Amino acid sequence: MNGGSVIIAHAPLFAVAVIFLLGLSILFFKRNLIKILMGITLIEAAINLFLVSTGYRMDAIAPIFTNAPEGAVMALPTVQALTLTSIVIGVASSAMMLSFVMLIYRHYKTTNVNRIRGMKG
Amino acid sequence: MRMTKVVRTVADLLYPFCMIFGLYVVAHGHLTPGGGFQGGAVIATATALLIAAHRYDDVSARVKSARMKVFESVGLLGFLILGFSAIILGQPAFRNWMLSRGSLFNDSVAFGVNPGALTTGGLMPLMNLAVGLEVLGALTIITLYMLSGTKEDPS
Amino acid sequence: MMSTLQQHAPALLIAIPLFAAFSMPLVGKNPGFRKMWTIVLMTLTSLTGLMLACSVFRDGSIVYVFGAADASQALAEGSGFPIRIMFTIDAMSALMTIIIAILAFAVTLYSLAADGGHSGLEGFYSLLFLMVAGALGMVNTGDLFNFFVFLEVASLSGAALAAFRIDKGVAVEAGLKYALISGLGGLSVLVAIGLLYSQYNALNIAELAARIQFTRLDMIAFVLLAVPLAMKCGAVPMHFWTPDTYAAAPSSVTAFLVVTSQASLYALFRICFTLFGDPAAINIAVFGWFIVALGVLSMFVGVTMAIPQKDVKRLMAYHAISQTGYMLLGVGVGLAVLGNAKALGDYGMTSMSGGLFHIINHAIYKGLLFLTAGAVFYRIGTRNLNRMGGLGHTMPVTMICFIAGALAIAGIPPFNGFASKLLIYESVFAFNPFIAIVAMLVSILTLASFVKVFHSMFMGPRQPDHGEVREAPRPMVIGMALLAVLVILFGLIPTAVVESIIRPAAEALLDRAGYIATVLGGP
Repeated sequence: MNGGSVIIAHAPLFAVAVIFLLGLSILFFKRNLIKILMGITLIEAAINLFLVSTGYRMDAIAPIFTNAPEGAVMALPTVQALTLTSIVIGVASSAMMLSFVMLIYRHYKTTNVNRIRGMKG
Repeated sequence: MRMTKVVRTVADLLYPFCMIFGLYVVAHGHLTPGGGFQGGAVIATATALLIAAHRYDDVSARVKSARMKVFESVGLLGFLILGFSAIILGQPAFRNWMLSRGSLFNDSVAFGVNPGALTTGGLMPLMNLAVGLEVLGALTIITLYMLSGTKEDPS
Repeated sequence: MMSTLQQHAPALLIAIPLFAAFSMPLVGKNPGFRKMWTIVLMTLTSLTGLMLACSVFRDGSIVYVFGAADASQALAEGSGFPIRIMFTIDAMSALMTIIIAILAFAVTLYSLAADGGHSGLEGFYSLLFLMVAGALGMVNTGDLFNFFVFLEVASLSGAALAAFRIDKGVAVEAGLKYALISGLGGLSVLVAIGLLYSQYNALNIAELAARIQFTRLDMIAFVLLAVPLAMKCGAVPMHFWTPDTYAAAPSSVTAFLVVTSQASLYALFRICFTLFGDPAAINIAVFGWFIVALGVLSMFVGVTMAIPQKDVKRLMAYHAISQTGYMLLGVGVGLAVLGNAKALGDYGMTSMSGGLFHIINHAIYKGLLFLTAGAVFYRIGTRNLNRMGGLGHTMPVTMICFIAGALAIAGIPPFNGFASKLLIYESVFAFNPFIAIVAMLVSILTLASFVKVFHSMFMGPRQPDHGEVREAPRPMVIGMALLAVLVILFGLIPTAVVESIIRPAAEALLDRAGYIATVLGGP
């Protein structure tokens, strides 16, 4: 493999790193709860992308029999199944956390973590 | 806030199509990409479309969250019962016992390239249906709850 | 019929609580029927768990493969490796199942009385059953990804339950904090799973253990698995969520959160011993010292943070951290000497038995203590120690239960905490005398702290503002008494308990080859 194709083969991993770091920096530098949740969602997206990219096989197609081309090699879709499951879990958890933020907003009239200090760790 | 009449009419027209498309994704879950979760999510999005076009109160009167809760529970119970029904026949849980029973959905999948037949898959299509019901209920409740903030103050 | 039930017990163990959780919103509108439904289904769940555990201790490990033609056929037809989701239940999993079954039953009884006054209870019990299903799944599953799913089920329902009294801002904050922490922890576990899968094309724990090459990526995966799990069980320095969440949640929920944190502890041990515990391939002592260091830190920091607390549930939460340290210490010593057969025989085995025995003891007495704190809160409406006092006159049964729990946590004979701590002291002394002295010191500080709590809660004259306080309602008392009896029973017959369930569990944890052979067939 020459230099160019190495970069292309690892492009998903670069994307994973960039998205992950974006999410992490939001988590560290933002004080707004909604933005913190966005950061978590970004990290989650990065990890899902990472999982899917580990399942890539050269020249293989998705294992869907309906109208599949003759004689194609199909890839085992385990990681795709894992990713779907983790997306579903992610939807559930972000919905729950957003509802918590709504309740916190109703109670304290703010979503800034510095001003919500009912308790100290 | 209420959108103009044009938007509202178009949203009303699109609503059944969204539902049909969601149901199509659910029903073909064992043949094409998609399935219960994806189809259910499409149907729940239709509710979000309605809320965007109409006022929240009008929509929440039309799409009742109590009914959606029932959908959710029935879907979950249906999935659970289908999944563990194999135990009654003495087989391990989640065994696809319908495949060799000579009843509904038991056609064997033609090997090789084929356009696909709905009557294959055994328990799979039924489970997709249950999951679709659950997801459309749950996501609609979430949508209604999240968008309840758009409710206009009576004052 | 009986044999069918026996054979499908692993599936029913998950199916019954899930059925209860999903049917609760449909049938739970009527309070009387909801109570009956809850108690019947929780009894069934606990009985299934106990029956399953008994059969494991009697006949050895069980494999239950979902969706296979035959439940015990671990290897998929024609492929020669395990591809389906399966439950692999050895003696260690059976021990955890027993703990969860006992605690879940007692706490549910208590909860029926304690949480009766709230609205939206059908949702509450739904989530409670989901959490039990999650914890049971975590300790029994043989598949790493399946473990992640159950972990998330337990975390999400736990977070929703912690925020259950949503009219209070603090409860929602606690729920959000727990959800954020466990969400990030879950993502870290997921990355580790991705790393392992991309190298070995397997998700089954036994299959992974057989294939693992201990590359540098595997070490990263180990850290990504161990850190969030240590965090979930509240080990210092990742303990910061514990006091907030434990204090803000309703007491019955706190007791359940203790159970899920024990399930995370189990997972941590399973990963250290079964997945990575090959003394021939890596320097296992480093892993062992890692766990021991976490344990000593948790013990010491937990108890020193506990002493100045004014809020009784925060205080107990810090003690929970401190006690978790004992379990990590006991089992960590076993891991550190895994490669040294002589040391393992001399004291490693005893130390592991002590650590595992402490898990079951801790779950029981800590559950009991949180329940007594909840009973006091139920009657007088405050958790502040300075505003309590004189309750010994009006709540005698609660006081007796509290004494049993407090003496057990401080390690006083003849209560169960003493039995397990003695095993830990004497074996850790052989390993490293300094650590044993720290462990004893922590125990003394624990006693001092609980004497203070006891004094300010129950002693002294009757307080005028608690004049008409009565004993807690009967189901609460029954739930607490059940746990108090177990505290004393386990303290009186420790040898029998250790020989019948603890030692087999410790041996199962050490027997890496045996776990692999259970799934993949003989060597």
